[in-house]
Amino acid sequence: MHNFLFGIFPYIALSVGIVGSIARYERDPFTWKTSSSQLLRRKQLVMGSILFHVGILVIFFGHLVGLLTPIWIFDAMGISHGAKQLLAVMAGGVAGVMALVGGLMLFHRRWTDPRIRKTSSTWDIAILAMLLGQLVLGLFTIVASLGHLDGHEMVKFMSWAQGIFTFDSNAASYVTDVALVFKLHLILGLTIILVFPFTRLVHMLSVPLRYFLRPGYQIVRSRRTVPLPTRTGTGGKS
Amino acid sequence: MRVRAQIGMVLNLDKCIGCHTCSVTCKNVWTSRDGVEYAWFNNVETKPGTGYPTDWENQDRWNGGWERTKSGKLQPKQGAKWRILSNIFANRDLPEIDDYYEPFDFDYDHLKSAPEMKAFPTARPRSKITGERMEKIEKGPNWEEILGGEFAKRSEDYNFEGIQKEIYGEYENTFMMYLPRLCEHCLNPACAASCPSGAIYKREEDGIVLIDQEKCRGWRMCVSGCPYKKVYYNWESGKSEKCTLCYPRIESGNPTVCSETCVGRIRYLGVMLYDADKIDQAANVEAKTDLYDAQLDVFLDPKDPEVIAAARADGVPEDWIKSAQESPVWKMAMDWKVAFPLHPEYRTLPMVWYIPPLSPIQNAAEAGAIGMDGAMPDVKNLRIPLRYLANMLTAGDEAPVATALERMLAMRAYMRSKTVEGVIDEGIAERVGLDGRTIEDMYKIMALADYEDRFVIPTTHREQVEDAYELRSGCGFTDGNACSPGISKGSLFGGSKKALKMPTEVQ
Repeated sequence: MHNFLFGIFPYIALSVGIVGSIARYERDPFTWKTSSSQLLRRKQLVMGSILFHVGILVIFFGHLVGLLTPIWIFDAMGISHGAKQLLAVMAGGVAGVMALVGGLMLFHRRWTDPRIRKTSSTWDIAILAMLLGQLVLGLFTIVASLGHLDGHEMVKFMSWAQGIFTFDSNAASYVTDVALVFKLHLILGLTIILVFPFTRLVHMLSVPLRYFLRPGYQIVRSRRTVPLPTRTGTGGKS
Repeated sequence: MRVRAQIGMVLNLDKCIGCHTCSVTCKNVWTSRDGVEYAWFNNVETKPGTGYPTDWENQDRWNGGWERTKSGKLQPKQGAKWRILSNIFANRDLPEIDDYYEPFDFDYDHLKSAPEMKAFPTARPRSKITGERMEKIEKGPNWEEILGGEFAKRSEDYNFEGIQKEIYGEYENTFMMYLPRLCEHCLNPACAASCPSGAIYKREEDGIVLIDQEKCRGWRMCVSGCPYKKVYYNWESGKSEKCTLCYPRIESGNPTVCSETCVGRIRYLGVMLYDADKIDQAANVEAKTDLYDAQLDVFLDPKDPEVIAAARADGVPEDWIKSAQESPVWKMAMDWKVAFPLHPEYRTLPMVWYIPPLSPIQNAAEAGAIGMDGAMPDVKNLRIPLRYLANMLTAGDEAPVATALERMLAMRAYMRSKTVEGVIDEGIAERVGLDGRTIEDMYKIMALADYEDRFVIPTTHREQVEDAYELRSGCGFTDGNACSPGISKGSLFGGSKKALKMPTEVQ
């Protein structure tokens, strides 16, 4: 069972997450959206959404960098495992509390406001509940990790995560003896990746950074099959 | 010079009777769906009033349109790109649905299903969003119809800027007019500029501004970016929607639904050629009162041989050039200067223009007190203050509006003299800088307004844009899955599909 949950389930979750997202983008682009409900109720959204998103983004990139950067890079930079863990605990703790407060505001709004409740899909509520659960678990892992501040537990998770991505068949064995709260956190996290393509979370894949690359502001589209000859002396505007 | 063609519209407010036929036919065609019940791609407002959504003209509040920064740069009033993106988690400038109105329906079924009661059954309102009972309707899409509501509220109308408005609250001085509004299909659209996804675009061949529904991600910056508040967020689909200028009709040479069904025949559609290279410069002139003239400068004379040659080189089809030469929009905007853009100060270079309405002479009862300019009344004595119209149409510059109103009065005087007294009085025409022939042409197009004079719409050149062979056996307009043969009742990726009712076997 342990081997399935931490050795095989990660691949199932990642495969469904990646293939599902591609399929959705390809087959049903009309459903690819943020599903913003700000129009229906502004109250609690402005503060809640900003806290939640900023907190979640810090946590997301913290996990990404913290788990997937090979440990020898930290060693080479002279950052001790204990110091790295302390950084993770501090930054993750602050961002986690931010995201949790924001998330609770959003959940309260979604659950109690009749406009938002009536227009929510089951997945809208379920994914928010899952993320809140994951945040709570994540904050509890901080309590657990305060018991061993030397960072050796943390290195286990790094080995595991990097083992998954390098197809190490022993990956699951690295996390055999960690505390239950960590295991629950990992399982729920993988489950979120599993259901990712079926929820509104897909909007994070279309962060509109290309907006900065757009020359000027305007967009003109043409359907011509034979493009017009380009001329010299036309302004920067397309 | 880069020549492009645009389908422009002119609305003759002098003839609008406020019947809302345009709004209703538009709604039936385009927005009678879940999520956009509250949206009116076309609506008619009674002015003075705060409009729909409430106070939309107040850009200090909504930050729509463009602004010229202190350093002389043109950027959306919401802010530069980084500022817009920093608002992505929560858009502070986004209206709430209550700024439009909460859509509702009535319990009509209760009228026939109610049990026998002492009181007569009534159909009470119910929210279209929550399905819950609404005890009191506080707002609707046309809440201030025919000056409904108290003056104190309506006088918050932005167009009262610079006017001693108190006296217009008095019964004797009351004035009103109708303002039908739709997407302006701007030359410099602020919605397209604000869209982080790049889903909103202007079509090269006819200037229609559209939202790519598959590319829209619902970041909702266009809703706040548009100063006319004519982009609507569909709360059901999570995408923004707007007036399409009925492009499937325009492409086949038909007028838009609102224009086609206008009983007052106030709407005109025609081609305008414009210089795309001049847009940035025209939208960025320093003084707001110069924006109207700057936009006139963007338009190209379709009879000028140089323009015709350039248009051909830029791929404007021959019949579009010909239509531009016969365009009623050109005549009213450029030849006669009687049509004006709506709020040019937003710097969007809008392409739906308005002919200001004439109104009864102020204080007509005080005989002799009416200022007469020769045979014609002075336009400053019209009931609708000149400044009010100027605030709406020329960023406050009264002179062009006054000239337009004088020309319209001259048209009436000239035609009255001709048809009632049988005298052709060229003097009337000369006084407003026109000649008799022009006035008769104005009369034909603005007063008689025959169908073929109102709508000069060339068809789209499909042969330039698609290969007919590849389109054979196509599936036409679809929503989402294109030609997918699969039929499923729900969508795996969220959102509900309304299942087609298929015939089933019966015993």
